[in-house]
Amino acid sequence: MSLTADQVRNVARLARLGLDDDQIAEYAGELSNILDVVASLEKADTTNVEPMAHPLDLAARLRADQAVPVTSRDDFQAIAPATAEGVYLVPKVIE
Amino acid sequence: MSYPRSIRELVAERAAGKVSAAELSRHFLDRIAAHDETLNAMISGCADTARERAAALDAGGAADGPLAGLPIAHKDIFCTRGVRTSCGSRMLDNFVAPYDATVVERLAAAGTVTLGKTNMDEFAMGSSNETSFYGPVRNPWNTDYVPGGSSGGSAAAVAAGLVPAATGTDTGGSIRQPAALCGVTGIKPTYGRVSRYGMIAFASSLDQGGCFARSADDCAHVLQAMAGFDERDSTCVERDVPDYVGALGGQGDDFLKGMRVGLPKEYFAEGLDDASRKVIDAAIAEFQAQGAEIVEISLPHTELAVSTYYVLAPAEASSNLARFDGVRYGYRCENPVDLEDLYTRSRGEGFGREVQRRIMVGAYVLSAGYYDAYYLKAQKTRRLIARDFSDAFENVDLIAAPVTQAPAFKLGEKLDDPVSMYLNDVYTLPASLAGLPGMSVPAGFVDGLPVGLQLLAPWFEETRLLGAAHAYQQNTDWHTKRPAGFE
Repeated sequence: MSLTADQVRNVARLARLGLDDDQIAEYAGELSNILDVVASLEKADTTNVEPMAHPLDLAARLRADQAVPVTSRDDFQAIAPATAEGVYLVPKVIE
Repeated sequence: MSYPRSIRELVAERAAGKVSAAELSRHFLDRIAAHDETLNAMISGCADTARERAAALDAGGAADGPLAGLPIAHKDIFCTRGVRTSCGSRMLDNFVAPYDATVVERLAAAGTVTLGKTNMDEFAMGSSNETSFYGPVRNPWNTDYVPGGSSGGSAAAVAAGLVPAATGTDTGGSIRQPAALCGVTGIKPTYGRVSRYGMIAFASSLDQGGCFARSADDCAHVLQAMAGFDERDSTCVERDVPDYVGALGGQGDDFLKGMRVGLPKEYFAEGLDDASRKVIDAAIAEFQAQGAEIVEISLPHTELAVSTYYVLAPAEASSNLARFDGVRYGYRCENPVDLEDLYTRSRGEGFGREVQRRIMVGAYVLSAGYYDAYYLKAQKTRRLIARDFSDAFENVDLIAAPVTQAPAFKLGEKLDDPVSMYLNDVYTLPASLAGLPGMSVPAGFVDGLPVGLQLLAPWFEETRLLGAAHAYQQNTDWHTKRPAGFE
């Protein structure tokens, strides 16, 4: 299976990875090689096999709906790239 | 100062006042200072806080615990409050965690003293520790060789005696493989045994914390403190933790007698290096000599493990790593023109190649039109692989196999060939996909490089796993060997 540069560009867009054309070309080759390896899955007979999402097949555990104290906003915002007055700053999205 | 060899002795000697926490920390901090320039096993040191903490323990000002005074290092995937937690990535080079991972919290409550954070493959994606933003770790047995990965820093640090024990994580073999390549003992417990809270997520249905130390008995001490239910991890299992330390302490010399040990024929087929095979055969002969019954078994879907894993793990990674967006923490590109530019450039510049590759493989296999053929199919083959093990454990108590096809490879040898690096994981991936507990135990050498014996037990049978490794180590001395220059 061989991926084209456009397919890789589309995957990079889905994954929000900013890549230049040289990188796209390199990744096209590498990703194609990886997909060749995983293509062997096709041959496996999985008729009547249920997908396994979790190694222990556990059901989601429920907990009481109680408020618990969390680390303060100040602690979290101290490590943010840009904040002001308690909010996170990003480039303007609305003109 | 010479320090007591085992954690059991060390804890007893400190309790008896023969050695102080400060002396122990100083001894290992000195070793880190002397050797880490060569090995690059540590990303961040915590020497000052370690000295303060050890002094507080000695003064009785900090709560004592079962591991009081034990110096330890944490893989840099575990969040440590106030200490940089980089996950081996430029993306988190400036990330100082605002809270402690449960594993870190529990080991601190047990009395350990953290000396530093260990190097690792970026976001735990790699089998050679060469994808780290901070440069590769070197194998103490031969510094031209890789230590394995992704927990390569922890394995190398324990092998070189920079710390008596270190934490690690295993998603597809990241504890067992570096333990094997560095000649130390490593345990990956059953999925759900150890909390993932504060452990930076790679593939959440596979990730499991564990540890490295110099023997099964040492591992039992560390795992004892790490394991157990944590309501902050929704997949952590609500189940009592057995007394691993007590079980090993009271274990008789007939532990392996009558135990049925299965050798999966698929793990001894083409691909396994002859010299490594001889080492594994000799280890199995020791099990037999101690009364174990050796039987050949088959895990027929083993050949699907690499493809299954390299669909599921990247799929989960692409989703987990979506959180690194340059907004709330971590790397942000310079002067983003708009929000889209901020996301794409921060992620394009902040993640390394292997991480980007896996994110893209994941995004691809989850994308419309490919989901059923790749992701859903791999979830089904995952069940086939897990069933192989539940069938096998109907007839055997334990499985023994090699960890890798060959000893450590040279730095740079496989870095440009992701597929050959992936195929390297063939013996460790199946147990990860099944969520089983596994260990790597030092079993000998090939050309001066260590070889590990892999032991696998049924779900939640860590006591049996540790017991078997302990029985083996009672009659062999491979686990006591130290690399030249690091004695």
